[in-house]
Amino acid sequence: MTDMAWNRKHLLDIESLTADEIVTVLDTARAFKAVGERAIKKVPALRGKTVVNLFVEPSTRTRISFELAEQRLSADIINFTAEASSLKKGETLKDTARNLEALNADFIVMRHSASGAAHFLSRVLNAHVVNAGDGAHEHPTQALLDAFTIRERKGKIAGLNVTILGDILYSRVARSDIWALTKLGARVTLCGPSTLVPKTFEQMGCRVVHNMDEAICDADIINLLRIQHERQRKTMFPSINEYTQLFGLNKARLAKTKPDALIMHPGPVNRGVEIDSDIADSSRSLILEQVTNGLAVRMAVLFLVNGGKGPQELTGN
Amino acid sequence: MPESTVILDALAIQRALARIAHEIAERNEVGAEVVLIGIPVGGDHLALRLSKLLSEIWRQPVPVGILDVSMHRDDLDQRAAPKVYPTVIPFDVTGKTVVLVDDVLFSGRTTRAAMDALNDFGRPKKIQLAVLVDRGHRELPIKADFVGKNVPTAREEKISLCLTESGADRDEVVLLKK
Repeated sequence: MTDMAWNRKHLLDIESLTADEIVTVLDTARAFKAVGERAIKKVPALRGKTVVNLFVEPSTRTRISFELAEQRLSADIINFTAEASSLKKGETLKDTARNLEALNADFIVMRHSASGAAHFLSRVLNAHVVNAGDGAHEHPTQALLDAFTIRERKGKIAGLNVTILGDILYSRVARSDIWALTKLGARVTLCGPSTLVPKTFEQMGCRVVHNMDEAICDADIINLLRIQHERQRKTMFPSINEYTQLFGLNKARLAKTKPDALIMHPGPVNRGVEIDSDIADSSRSLILEQVTNGLAVRMAVLFLVNGGKGPQELTGN
Repeated sequence: MPESTVILDALAIQRALARIAHEIAERNEVGAEVVLIGIPVGGDHLALRLSKLLSEIWRQPVPVGILDVSMHRDDLDQRAAPKVYPTVIPFDVTGKTVVLVDDVLFSGRTTRAAMDALNDFGRPKKIQLAVLVDRGHRELPIKADFVGKNVPTAREEKISLCLTESGADRDEVVLLKK
């Protein structure tokens, strides 16, 4: 087959993907979403393959989503968390990963607090590496599931106004979303306190504004990010209360948006901080659809990288 | 440039499908038990055409589904991931006679994957196989019940089906020699 726009062995970031490759993931995910709606939700695509979920940084929802995606593809799974591992005893990441590969792991799905950790692993291992979030760098599967959700609900991505609100500076989700959505032709606006949304992000092709009403008035999609206390070394804004006053999505602000504007949030939601509790549960909220779609997108990613041999195959190595 | 030969033109395709429809009707006395499931790309359009022909013979609608088999292939780690098409089976296959419809029968591996994939949707009473072209080179003990045309081929040749439904300007089956 030459009509397939995917030859990558790993999924490390969105930045290096082409628009065609992103669309291939979204199209493939549509078929996998249908699998999740059947009575028998499992297919044998990764039968006999071993996947290691190497979560050096704590995560619940992403890990569970990957784990279920792997089970539905019939893979064998090893879960490896930082708390209960030799990393605590001083083993390096490279040694840990090599040990896992010595057990014939075919895939490593990694979450790590250091930016570039997934790229590093992909260079030292033969296994397929899927980045499940590296520091403040990228969280590619989140961006793919966000793009999938937007395309499914709006029928397209090109030409839409997408506003991302909140802690952009420390957010790998924001970076991956910006790459994915701008590559697919959306106009992305970033908004939040100037300490968390510096003007430098304009270099990524986005609009940066610091007034919430201005940011959301013409938005088709409002993507709210959580304030990540754990990534802030010093306080970047005076108080949570002030943040909510200035940047929280409440009913009064929502009333001033387009009537068909939809709300997204990668979770976990801080109700009453970045979003009013009623809005999070309203029919305009896509939060739970994002979770469902995340499963389909992760199945699609594992399915695609399984067949990808990477550039070394092309050069005849 | 590869040399190409037309092995079935539009009229021949139409005749072959009409004959297959009559053979399906002859083999299966109770039309209400028969459903057609096409395998993309190609088989899905052929299944729709066969359904139309069969509903004229039986004077009742014949349900059509689409079954993508790429998640059940046995060579997934030896090739780039195949394009995955949505599977749509808007009926229960349990107790039915399922006629799988494919454009070309070659190694038989697609048919095997289709039978596996079909298992996830229920337990058909019978599965039969209809193909427009049987080109030989089987790698599995699989045989078609209904064949439009047997075409002896060399392994490295390719057979390509063009249908107006998928944007071609006319229906034809072409053999491409290397």
